[in-house]
Amino acid sequence: MATKVEALSVPATRKARKKVSIVPYLFIAPHLLFFAAFLAWPFFYGLYISLFKFDFLRPDRRPFVGLQNYAELFDPKSVPFDDFWNGLSNTGEFILWSVLPLVGIALVLAVLLNRNYPGRGIFRTIFFAPYTLSVTVASVLWWWIFQGQGGLVNNVLKGIGLTPPNWLGDMPGAWIAITIATVWWTIGFNTIIFLTALQEIPKSLYEAASIDGANSQQQFMLITIPMLRSVMVFVLTITLIASANLFGQPYLMTGGGPAEGTQTVIYRIFIEGILRSQMGRAAAMSIFVALLLLSQTYLNFKFFGSSQEQ
Amino acid sequence: MATLKPARNEIQDTEVEIGESKLSKLGFYLLMTLFALFFLLPLLWMVSTAFKPFEEWLSVSWIPVNPTLDNFTSIFNDKSLPVLNWFFNSLLIAVLFTTAILIIDSLAGYAYARLEFPGKNFIFGLMLATLVMPGIMFLIPNYLTVARLGWIGTIQGVIAPGLSGVFGVFFMRQFFQSLPRELEEAAYIDGASVWHTFVSVILPLSKGPIITLGIITFLTSWNEFLWSLLILGGKRTALTLPVGLATLQGQYTFDYGKLMAGALVLTLPVLLLYAIFQRYIIRSISMTGIKG
Repeated sequence: MATKVEALSVPATRKARKKVSIVPYLFIAPHLLFFAAFLAWPFFYGLYISLFKFDFLRPDRRPFVGLQNYAELFDPKSVPFDDFWNGLSNTGEFILWSVLPLVGIALVLAVLLNRNYPGRGIFRTIFFAPYTLSVTVASVLWWWIFQGQGGLVNNVLKGIGLTPPNWLGDMPGAWIAITIATVWWTIGFNTIIFLTALQEIPKSLYEAASIDGANSQQQFMLITIPMLRSVMVFVLTITLIASANLFGQPYLMTGGGPAEGTQTVIYRIFIEGILRSQMGRAAAMSIFVALLLLSQTYLNFKFFGSSQEQ
Repeated sequence: MATLKPARNEIQDTEVEIGESKLSKLGFYLLMTLFALFFLLPLLWMVSTAFKPFEEWLSVSWIPVNPTLDNFTSIFNDKSLPVLNWFFNSLLIAVLFTTAILIIDSLAGYAYARLEFPGKNFIFGLMLATLVMPGIMFLIPNYLTVARLGWIGTIQGVIAPGLSGVFGVFFMRQFFQSLPRELEEAAYIDGASVWHTFVSVILPLSKGPIITLGIITFLTSWNEFLWSLLILGGKRTALTLPVGLATLQGQYTFDYGKLMAGALVLTLPVLLLYAIFQRYIIRSISMTGIKG
């Protein structure tokens, strides 16, 4: 009965709504306000202050210095040069320590969870649980476990007659401790992403392969790995970015030591911009690091991403 | 053949079977248990230390010989470390932040999903572009903005910058796009306004995604560290629990029982939420992956 009316009136109503076009703006306005103030504006404002010698505590003296804050980062004789590159290379070192386990072990865990057996829901719950904790809890907890005197790890090592290292005060102990804490804390995230991707692989592929006589190892190499390609690029990229942003764990576990050996570049920017209030310099460092990360992301997708994905 | 696909966050029932023999089954469970212990034992160690009296902190025993609540009472009674204040600060910030995110992001998400307006694609494109931008770029300029607004050391200084995030908008938009258009069209025919349609037709259907976004937003806010440290760092009573715990670590270095008691206070609400809403939390992570 009403179908004819509907068919006629729906497009008409829609057109009428299109004219009264203030309503959609009211819907987006609250978010857009914050977006403009704290994501769009700081993008330009950050570029702007990076051109000044911008001391937060000396509003009277903020001379324009052009590109000097950037040039300093490449001048071995400048004040921030050593600390900045020390920070960058420390971040790079943590990336080397952490990315392989964070991606590799996550894939193993996901494959183990992607099987049919009683109790796997419980294992999934347990593997993911630490991800819900604060970086403070994860760091302080592992800082305690890795204490040289009285820490759990060293007490166990002493118990079996080994000489316990001073984990947090020596290299490479400090990186090992920070890496283990980070893997423990965040690997659940990558695991869930891999698990989701594994479950998206059509079962028919495996059926066809097993009819053709492929064993489970061959199926893994010839079906699972290629089908995971795009998600692998995604996980690799976000893990790289997360590792490049390392700050809380060394801040809380090692204080950046020993001998500034775990003082990452984000840590350095924190010291430069917040603790020493050299915000122009810190902004320039941030932008340089951001450019590095962006080009890293770009290269990842260019070289590892395939064109035939979603 | 054409069976319905199970929900993405559920583990399917028809995956690869594990080895037939008893021995390989045993080996498999042994491996899984080892992994599980890696994730569980540190948490147990935290609980165990928190209930140990001073003399037992350095012992390797997992069960305290003389369990005590002293660590908790002393951190709650120490006037210089207002743990209760921190707890309520964290709670207030997380509740306000989550409420604000749910309101502004579902409004915006709906507009980007369903309403037509000039500039929509341009604004949405801008928002997409910020997704690839490393957060570190915004740290210093946002600190300056918050300082200029006079919000250093305040709750709004902690909350406001986070409301600019685009994840929630994308998340809600993705959900609204999946709803059949007929729902709204029927309401429009009945003469309902866009606003009324949104509130009385769309929102009641959105409980699942709203709970999901709410839980992960709450967790993110509850756990957030760096920004709160910058904004609140100078004011002891105004701290949140994660920043407070870091202060505790500075104050009570080598006072492990009290530190673990503090960590436990910070952890318990989170694990409780996780136990109840696990499904929602894991689903939201799955969606992140699918988006990529």
